[in-house]
Amino acid sequence: MPETDQSVSPAKPLASATVAGNECVIDAQNLSLTFETGDGPVHALSEVNLSVGAGDFVSFIGPSGCGKTTLLRVIADLEQPTDGSITVNGVSAHEARLNRAYGYVFQAASLYPWRNIARNVALPLEIMGLSRSERRERVQRNLELVNLAGFAKKFPWQLSGGMQQRASIARALAVEPALLLMDEPFGALDEIVRDHLNEQLLKLWDKTSKTVVFVTHSIPEAVFLSTRIVVMSPRPGRIIDVIDTSLPRDRDLDIRETPEFLDIAHRVREGLRQGHSYEG
Amino acid sequence: MRPGRLSQSYQRVWPVVVVLMVLLVVWYASAVLLNTPFQRDIYQRAKLDNVSFTTLVGDTLNQERPVLPAPHQVGQEIYKTTVQKKITSKRSLVFHSWITLSTALLGFFLGTVLGVLLAVGIVHNRALDKSLMPWIIASQTIPILAIAPMIIVVLNSVGIQGLLPKAFISTYLSFFPVAVGMVKGLRSPDSSHIDLMHTYSASAWQTLWKLRLPASVPYLFTSMKIAIAISMVGAIVGELPTGAVAGLGARLLAGSYYGQTVQIWSALVMASILAASLVALVSMANRLVLDRMGMAK
Repeated sequence: MPETDQSVSPAKPLASATVAGNECVIDAQNLSLTFETGDGPVHALSEVNLSVGAGDFVSFIGPSGCGKTTLLRVIADLEQPTDGSITVNGVSAHEARLNRAYGYVFQAASLYPWRNIARNVALPLEIMGLSRSERRERVQRNLELVNLAGFAKKFPWQLSGGMQQRASIARALAVEPALLLMDEPFGALDEIVRDHLNEQLLKLWDKTSKTVVFVTHSIPEAVFLSTRIVVMSPRPGRIIDVIDTSLPRDRDLDIRETPEFLDIAHRVREGLRQGHSYEG
Repeated sequence: MRPGRLSQSYQRVWPVVVVLMVLLVVWYASAVLLNTPFQRDIYQRAKLDNVSFTTLVGDTLNQERPVLPAPHQVGQEIYKTTVQKKITSKRSLVFHSWITLSTALLGFFLGTVLGVLLAVGIVHNRALDKSLMPWIIASQTIPILAIAPMIIVVLNSVGIQGLLPKAFISTYLSFFPVAVGMVKGLRSPDSSHIDLMHTYSASAWQTLWKLRLPASVPYLFTSMKIAIAISMVGAIVGELPTGAVAGLGARLLAGSYYGQTVQIWSALVMASILAASLVALVSMANRLVLDRMGMAK
């Protein structure tokens, strides 16, 4: 995809997600990121336009290598775009990171093995310089939120994978961010645990009215969780389709049998297929 | 005690006992073999013929200055110079061991601190990484026997005497494994663990204190096990050029001046017992600390 200096690319209507009336939390314009590797440049992101409104639950879905994780990392200022602009909460992604504007949940739980669960959740709070009593209160509250109150004194290796991931979600929530960035948090878990955690996450989102950006490669997961689904495609990483779903906010797992759900899932699958043929 | 536990401790003890027995047998056999020529000389001069084999063996194991002393001779010498001598006596092995041990411990402590500081600098500063590492490696290619007298002489000339110059030789040897191990340890956290610190916009100091240092603890202990053993070597080598006044190194040197092989061997055995105990102590501390950190294997 050629890039000119003033690439005011007339964003294809498909590739642009616009604010649906509410306050804009993330705004990306013509975002591109190219990794220079030994085998030549890799276009991880190309001309991505995206905006996420407050309270949205947005999922990035696509095959591996489509840049969905890279896009999330750019939002988190863990990766720098080579072109285009991005704002988070109206300021640059860098400034937003310094303001601790978001909580990030990694693919692996990434708990520190030498800290017990409570101290893992307390880690960001120690770095923020909160008082001991404030830390204890927030740890307690967030462990209760993810149903791990009884496991505060356990070390990570004493917990199952699903519990570890819940602890890492509690750690992200303890920062009390309005924005939650989640990179395939349930990817390594079996389907039963994943369903359960999806339901819990949705309840949490409904209760706290946070904005969530969620990376996944599971179609049912994306459709079940999201208010908006961003379908992505690899080489170069770009947005193929943006689907606003009309499912009610308080949904349960049974909704996956309804025609509306299946319709949306079908459209996501079509989008993914289209991206695939584009590549061929 | 439950039978399971008993058999378990048997299983742990047996290999050690077997190896010890084999070592003793080999030692005794070697002593007989190596001491026989001198013993035959003695018999010849005394015009003794037809000495029985058992007498020969008995005599080779009880010479005053054998080529290779027998284990029981070394044991007796150690007993005589530890239990039967006052600790303050110049002939007490405890006195000499304490001198060497305190030198080694001081050198080990300084070496560990120096190694950790160097590693922290190397990990945090690209220029230090490029410039320091070659020098650190080069420092270890110099034979310690050659540089030890220089260090003693130079430090003496600026008025530093006593324990410190010898301890510096231990430091010179022991900082190296700690520096190398800690560089690896401080760089051991997963990239997601480091990214996590970025998302909290943690300072470099916070990342060091809350992530890199705790992650490097297992590496530190592995390095310290090597460092404390070579600290003993450094302390003994450091005692040689000081004119053999005190310490296990002095006992070795004096023993070789006067052909006191039993004395040499008892000092050697003492040194290795000390080094083994020190390594065991570090291992114990390692287990305790990792257990408290929830990282015990």
